[in-house]
Amino acid sequence: MKRDVAIVGVGMTKFGELWDKSFDDLFVEAGLEALEDAGMSGDEIEAMFVGNMSAGRFIDQEHVASLIADRSGMNPIPCTRVEAACASGGLAVRQAIMAVASGMYDVVLAGGVEKMTDVTTEEATATLATAADQEWEAFHGVTFPALYAMIARRHMHEYGTTREHLALPPVKNHRNATKNPKAQFQFEITVEQVIESPLVADPLRLLDCSPVSDGAAAVIVCPLEMAKEFTDTPIVVRATAQASDSLALHDREDITTLRATVEAARSAYKQAGIEPEDVDVAEVHDCFSIAELIAVEDLGFVEKGEAGEAYYEGMFEIDSDYVAVNPSGGLKAKGHPVGASGVAQVVEIVEQLRGEAGKRQVDGAEIGLTHNVGGSGGTVVVHIFERGD
Amino acid sequence: MSGVPRFWRSIDNRYRLVGTRCKNCGEIYFPPRVVCPKCRRKGEMEEVELSGRGEIYTYSVVRVPPEGFEEKAPYVVAIVKLEEGPLVTGMIVDCDPGEIDIGTPVEAVFRRVSEDGEDGVIYYSLEFRPVRDEE
Amino acid sequence: MIPDKRVGIVGYGAYVPRYRIKVEEIASVWGEDPEAIKSSLMVEEKSVPSETEDSATIAVEAARNALSRAGIDPSDIGAVFVGSESPPYAVKPTATIVAAAIGATPDLTAADYEFACKAGTTAIQTCAGLVVAGMIDYGLAIGADTAQGAPGDPLEYTAAAGGAAFVIGRDNLVAELEGTYSYTTDTPDFWRREGQPYPRHGGRFTGAPAYFKHIINAARGLMEELELSPEDFDYAVFHQPNGKFPRRVGRKLGFEPEQIEPSIVVDKIGNTYSGSSLLGLVKVLDQAEPGDRILLVSYGSGAGSDAFSFVVTDRIEEVREEAPLLEEYIEDRVYVTYGEYAKMRRKLKF
Repeated sequence: MKRDVAIVGVGMTKFGELWDKSFDDLFVEAGLEALEDAGMSGDEIEAMFVGNMSAGRFIDQEHVASLIADRSGMNPIPCTRVEAACASGGLAVRQAIMAVASGMYDVVLAGGVEKMTDVTTEEATATLATAADQEWEAFHGVTFPALYAMIARRHMHEYGTTREHLALPPVKNHRNATKNPKAQFQFEITVEQVIESPLVADPLRLLDCSPVSDGAAAVIVCPLEMAKEFTDTPIVVRATAQASDSLALHDREDITTLRATVEAARSAYKQAGIEPEDVDVAEVHDCFSIAELIAVEDLGFVEKGEAGEAYYEGMFEIDSDYVAVNPSGGLKAKGHPVGASGVAQVVEIVEQLRGEAGKRQVDGAEIGLTHNVGGSGGTVVVHIFERGD
Repeated sequence: MSGVPRFWRSIDNRYRLVGTRCKNCGEIYFPPRVVCPKCRRKGEMEEVELSGRGEIYTYSVVRVPPEGFEEKAPYVVAIVKLEEGPLVTGMIVDCDPGEIDIGTPVEAVFRRVSEDGEDGVIYYSLEFRPVRDEE
Repeated sequence: MIPDKRVGIVGYGAYVPRYRIKVEEIASVWGEDPEAIKSSLMVEEKSVPSETEDSATIAVEAARNALSRAGIDPSDIGAVFVGSESPPYAVKPTATIVAAAIGATPDLTAADYEFACKAGTTAIQTCAGLVVAGMIDYGLAIGADTAQGAPGDPLEYTAAAGGAAFVIGRDNLVAELEGTYSYTTDTPDFWRREGQPYPRHGGRFTGAPAYFKHIINAARGLMEELELSPEDFDYAVFHQPNGKFPRRVGRKLGFEPEQIEPSIVVDKIGNTYSGSSLLGLVKVLDQAEPGDRILLVSYGSGAGSDAFSFVVTDRIEEVREEAPLLEEYIEDRVYVTYGEYAKMRRKLKF
């Protein structure tokens, strides 16, 4: 990067089935909260990048960059919509970071928004499935859960991962979410409940799957040298990385590894000059329970195949000595408004590193990581952040 | 999947498992590719018809079906390792979910996959079924 | 119609879906007596196509089996005709779907035939004519159906799914065609109007003035033209709407049970409509010996019968094992309940 970049303001709506809030309401609320957090009026923002997967199908609206700039009262600044399925949000943050790091702009807002409940659950599910290969996966009736279910089945076959192992991330994340007022679900669940919940795509059950949600999140990025104008606790961007892999699961070398995660993480650790063990807190992409298991493996927190047992040992709890994973409740319990999730992950890490995470605070968190995946791993975005002081 | 021309362009691939082979490195691809990822501009693709024989690499049972597949649920989807090498996604038909597992040998069969509504085009494709022992 | 050049079957193949529903299962839903039905129809169970099957998929699998036995390059096929009364489209041919699936496109002619249960045999006649005329080298004739019976109607016990395919040519025959004869009238014994899901039939009218009259006249007409009698045949294969009609018509024509029984498949798989008499022929080809003479008489409501005389050649023993025998398809079965059957046969609206 040509110059160091910092996050100086964050905001997000509650995630959930927000019947009273429209697409516009969501984005504006998150954006205003971020501005307030940064003590800005809005005039400071020079450009916006917005992550949104599929407004075209959820609300029949394309060209949402223009809509957002308009409804936010931000015209005529440039606004760009970024899409990489469920990694749209993380990718929007990356665009904003690159825009500031390059010197092109000084103050940029990165946001993400998705309004998923204006259509039926079946339509929402069909839209999510467009993240998969339409011609060669969805054509055969493969759903998004079925893709991750096939990953799970293979992971169980190759590494002996069990049905109980799969239940551990959702249980942890629900417990964490009870400490997050913005999370969609505010109740704990047990391993038995996960294992007995209705089957969606064997072996994945209802409680292995992140929900359909509405929500928005926003972060404001500026050069580190400017950050103190806006906040006493700038959070420095130590790394921004992105990698691609095949769209379809069947084109992967090894379907139990997201190569894009491995590549993006390698690049991120190198940029930041750290090892995986140095990360204190991470928000990883748990669209399904198995996704979190392979994420902690592919990010290098544990060896391939050993994630299940690591969860039994509590290695990823908020109070763990190692790395706290998904203290916000993750996609599973906090909610997964697709385009917003990647940005919300950054919001959580920023609050953690500032020491503002309340009951779910990870003690002494100094280095944080976000991991955002598109589809079954076709796009992965990884960021590493550190306290600025 | 919508769009008649889009389906029509892939009829040979779907009806007869016609894939592509890179003349440069010999790698076989199904679904077909226009560019060999290994060779890129040095590669040259030719068509190759695959046998349809393979074994199950991984699978799942879809119990919450997408639009157009409601009457088929629950059904088995799988990634099949074809004997020529490529992995391909498809349905496993004519079987009870309990009858199959990773490693089960399968063969390709021509089946009706879905349709574009009651008055729309019908989508056919080769899918897979377990190989039954010969008597 | 006696060909003036050598023509016959080069390869044959069949396909029957693996699901079955028993008479008892259907009868229990409608409160009927299964034993009475089984003995009056002489049918025990029928085949049911799964949700991913239809007449086109059945036709393709039968065609692939026929090609395996024929041992020819599919691009040498000059004509594909598919006969069915349950084609997937009302307008858009099944024959082109089959042609594309077997790799016969684009140098060929193709069309779908409809003549109730005899559409497949009429396709054989057309292919034979084109071959004898020297206009094509090989033709592919198929009869395939996924028949529907209205819920509660007697036809529900027998309307089944299956198909058979025949590669017709002049060389490497497994069975030579000596001659064919058709008896055709306009007799409305069984019909289905456009847009209606289920057919209507004339009850007892479908017997003497329909099935029996046409089969008997076609068989006699063929035997007269070829100067043959029942004793000259080793096998007599008739359309099988149930187990009683083919046995009765065979007896009336002067055939013995030993000539008729080997082709009976309706008791185990039901009436496969356009596939019915053809599957009877396949059953015979699976066991016939070189030199055997086979009479095949189909019946299609509306009405007409096509009669054929085939003589089996030596080559049949070389190629019989190249595809599954019909017996294997009949034996490979899984029973379903009426509820599953209704779902599979799309009797439930989604």
